[in-house]
Amino acid sequence: MTALRHTNQVALRYIRALLRQPAWIGISIVQPVIWLLLFGALFKRTADIPGFTGGSYIEFLTPGVVVMLAVSSAGWVGMAFIDDINRGTMDRLLVSPIWRGALNLGSVAQSVLTIAIQSVIVIALSLAVGARFHDGVAGVAVLVLTASLLGAVFASLSNGVAVLTRKRETLIGIVTMVTLPLVFLSSALMEQNLLPGWIRWVARFNPVNWAAEAGRSASATHADWGLVATRTGFLLLLLLASAVFATRAFNAYQRSI
Amino acid sequence: MIEVSDLRKTYRNGVRALDGLSFAVEHGTIFALLGPNGAGKSTTVKILTTLSRADGGEARVAGLDVVRDADRVRRSIGVVGQKPGLDPEGTGRENLEMQAELYGIAGAARRERVDELLDRFGLADAAGRIARTYSGGMQRRLDVALGLVNRPKVLFLDEPTTGLDPEARAELWHEIERLARDEEMTILLTTHYLEEADRLASRLVIVDRGRVVAEGSPDALKSELRGDTVQVELVETRNGDAEAAVRHLPGLSELTLDGRVLRARVDNGAAAIPSLITALERDGLRVASATIARPSLDDVYLRHAGRSFGQADAGTAEVAA
Repeated sequence: MTALRHTNQVALRYIRALLRQPAWIGISIVQPVIWLLLFGALFKRTADIPGFTGGSYIEFLTPGVVVMLAVSSAGWVGMAFIDDINRGTMDRLLVSPIWRGALNLGSVAQSVLTIAIQSVIVIALSLAVGARFHDGVAGVAVLVLTASLLGAVFASLSNGVAVLTRKRETLIGIVTMVTLPLVFLSSALMEQNLLPGWIRWVARFNPVNWAAEAGRSASATHADWGLVATRTGFLLLLLLASAVFATRAFNAYQRSI
Repeated sequence: MIEVSDLRKTYRNGVRALDGLSFAVEHGTIFALLGPNGAGKSTTVKILTTLSRADGGEARVAGLDVVRDADRVRRSIGVVGQKPGLDPEGTGRENLEMQAELYGIAGAARRERVDELLDRFGLADAAGRIARTYSGGMQRRLDVALGLVNRPKVLFLDEPTTGLDPEARAELWHEIERLARDEEMTILLTTHYLEEADRLASRLVIVDRGRVVAEGSPDALKSELRGDTVQVELVETRNGDAEAAVRHLPGLSELTLDGRVLRARVDNGAAAIPSLITALERDGLRVASATIARPSLDDVYLRHAGRSFGQADAGTAEVAA
């Protein structure tokens, strides 16, 4: 009960800050929109390649872009922690009887809300340019859910790294270094069975790929609910581990000051 | 109310912040940790408020061990850190409301407590404004209000008036005195302003390089020093000359040269000044001014730490740079 109330308070604080600067949601969505529209146009003929089983490329690409935006949007979440630490706000929270897990989970809640809004914008845009999703609203909802889950994992990792390093430059470096390779080493942009063998092998261990597979299966193609369930399960386990990591990072921080 | 014994802490970069620090604070009193930057004051506060941990030694706050009973300690204390702890993107009211919720104060009790604090700290009119837009003095007042939300038994103030203008400082001093007097709060404050410790604290310890070098009431510490301090400002210095010129004079002790300022302790300042000036001028050192002062905490610090307060502050600034 206390845990929930404290998480709620932390989330409220970050969400309030977000709502006071809603332009940020718009700015951070520019990149995924460019990917969706330009990539979609550039590789339109991909759908003609023998072995491509999706419908049109834009239908195939949309879940990939949603997953990608979740990773890149969540990656920056740790910046707020770095600001809070430098400012002294975090120290005040840490000397209060707050449940430690609430610090990460509250921030994750804000990140998930942002990702859900951004996903809906991207999906609406792709519908506008002609994409159609077989499983309708339910399928799209599962896509947004898996993207949010993936975002929660990366937001937690970002928070943990932020608390451990406490340097904006380091976090920027790590996010830029990690995000794109993870997207490319997955089926976010290209059909699984058209990927080179080694990438297909690596992708099996890539959480971005889990989310892309689950989200796409649920929305774009005819859903394989077994696959959706296992991938969602993997993501849930990873979320648990990354949330523990982010919360434990505060112990390391407190030992170092 | 606070018992600290033999606290030790060395940071990973090898800096020894605390080297066997011990002191005790009685219930309902204002206690000051006085020392230059880098003396270990903030480290002590971090350990006592459960933010950081000591490598060795023991500390109890409100009868509770700060490591074993960390959570209960957190409920009994209020902390106003050196850096502002407020959320600049929230309004004054939102800041206080969140703080109240974290201590389990909700509903009508929350509204009542928040309104009361906004009133008391003159923030009622600004309650709906984003804290980022507050003046420095208002932010500090909000910060102190945040530290009081849970009606703490022990309040920690880490350099509470650093960066405040004289008016805001006087206002805060007044509030701190009121808290100890009317609410029987035990207050531990750190400061590197001598006059702040002198004005507020009933007892103080002087901390230097992670150790207590002197302890007592400001008056007792000052009265330990007999005589006066004479301070002679020279027009110019030639290395070492000034000290050499006066060293042979009788009755002079604790002679130091700090830039162009020569300081010494004498039994009777008025009687010593003429011979001091004569000796200096005979060696061709022209005197710009001479003053006599009753002992201050500055002198107490000099006597116990072996260097002047200004020197110690400047020295740590060099190390940090």
